[in-house]
Amino acid sequence: MTAGRSRHAQAGYELARRLGTTSRLTYGWRDSDRPASLRTHVARYGPAPAAVPGRTGWLIDVVTEAGLTGRGGAGFPSGVKMRSVARQRGPAVVVANGMESEPASDKDEALLSRAPHLVLDGVALAAAAVGADQVHLALPHDKRWLAAALRHAVTERTHARLDPVPIEVHGLPHGYVSSSESAVISWLNGGEAKPTAVPPRPFERGVDRRPTLISNVETFAHIALIARLGPRWFRRAGLPDAPGSMLTTIGGAVTAPGVHEIEAGTTIGELLELGGADRDASAVLIGGYFGTWSRIADAARLPLAKTALKRIDASPGAGVLLVLPAGTCGVIETARVLAWLASQSAGQCGPCMFGLPAIADDFAQLASCRPQGRVLDRLDRRLGVVTGRGACAHPDGTARLARSALYAFAADVHAHATGRPCLQARRARERGSSARVRMLPIPELAGTRSRP
Amino acid sequence: MNRWLRINPIACTGHGLCAEILPELIRLDEWGYPILPSSQVQEHLLPLAKRAVRLCPALALRLDREAK
Ligand SMILES: Cc1cc2nc3c(=O)[nH]c(=O)nc-3n(C[C@H](O)[C@H](O)[C@H](O)COP(=O)(O)O)c2cc1C
Ligand code: SF4
Repeated sequence: MTAGRSRHAQAGYELARRLGTTSRLTYGWRDSDRPASLRTHVARYGPAPAAVPGRTGWLIDVVTEAGLTGRGGAGFPSGVKMRSVARQRGPAVVVANGMESEPASDKDEALLSRAPHLVLDGVALAAAAVGADQVHLALPHDKRWLAAALRHAVTERTHARLDPVPIEVHGLPHGYVSSSESAVISWLNGGEAKPTAVPPRPFERGVDRRPTLISNVETFAHIALIARLGPRWFRRAGLPDAPGSMLTTIGGAVTAPGVHEIEAGTTIGELLELGGADRDASAVLIGGYFGTWSRIADAARLPLAKTALKRIDASPGAGVLLVLPAGTCGVIETARVLAWLASQSAGQCGPCMFGLPAIADDFAQLASCRPQGRVLDRLDRRLGVVTGRGACAHPDGTARLARSALYAFAADVHAHATGRPCLQARRARERGSSARVRMLPIPELAGTRSRP
Repeated sequence: MNRWLRINPIACTGHGLCAEILPELIRLDEWGYPILPSSQVQEHLLPLAKRAVRLCPALALRLDREAK
């Protein structure tokens, strides 16, 4: 018994040493870009601890102690969320959100396609902890190969008799708002993949009107490791108020674009270094298309962590950093993204349905240096009016992006608003096309996304 | 007794009746949808708020007992 336990402790020590602080989820990714088989997964991480019947609360305790926060964008404490589901009466439901509708993010796809069993371990452990008898994994329907890989992983687990509750893999319609939690739940309930009015919140009444735990796939992968190595190990990476590692997608004017695992709270300056950002670049989009433009000079010293970024009204979101190339007009780029975001409205709430196109149109006028009337005053009013008035956060996120562009690109905005194109726009005009200044990925324009 | 007036933005069709009944609390945005600057309903406006809830053609208004 003692010998067994110390061997176990020894194995944990070895594993912790191997994973360090920034190759936890990404351990072994360099060796192969194929999905790790169950056998490879167990060789890497050891088996997941078995759920102890009647003592399911331990996982919620250790996740709470670890201070894990959701990696889906809002950064809500995962332990609190799990507990609020576990406390409700009756069997619960667990949903893993692998939709990754953020066009600039690649981390969920990378994680699912490299380490599917890490996510599935976390999902199965969480299901046992909250008392779930249904488990769903939501993936975008257009990534068929990804769903196939995950279904294969589930089959491996079924043969190994790993999970008492079978994990169901689903392909959902792909749109920016179809991946928000209430939309995923609505779809699983047989409705449309559109956000629904809250309350009720998912933990109160979600799939089949049962208490539902819905979290991002990366969040579940961290849960799988916390269950193995404990909360103190988790906190060896990151900051006290932003513990652990996290996946980021760094893109734009960088030499090493793609997914990187970092310690939470790494400064934006260090991340730009890591991605090999162009030294002449002056602005960065933090958090993705619901995110915040910031001048690199203002953001470089700040850690990519929720509390610290509040100071510049930003948030890590799903961990996206996009570097605006020098010579690309931030106003034009933002106008394109706003037009796309407006097109993604589920068309349910008036202020979103009418307000976002109006805001996108104001920005388009700015971008083309043909403002009608007092465009900046109008924008300011409209951005205030739409905020907080949708059933989901789509209008708020869109308004935040627009507002941050007005601030970060103030000089260019002023030039555009007075009908004088900024330097970048002039260059684009001279080239006779605006095509070349495009930089931010927009799904219809991006064409096929890379696959492993 | 404190009551909070809430709008279900999905159900609301921008009819605008509520703003006619309760201009003290509700104004309309440029697209005709109601804005509720502060959703707590003062005692003397409660009867009107109840009327607005009852008459909303889209059944999009609700009076809640708790702030949230
Ligand atoms: C418009 C919109 C889109 C969203 N898209 C995603 C998504 O693609 N993936 C995701 O995990 N969460 C997404 N979220 C957040 C989810 O609603 C939910 O908060 C998240 O899945 C919770 O997981 P977490 O606690 O692990 O962060 C979106 C939210 C909104 C408002
Ligand atoms: S705010 Fe927009 S995206 Fe969200 S539910 Fe309403 S219409 Fe749909």
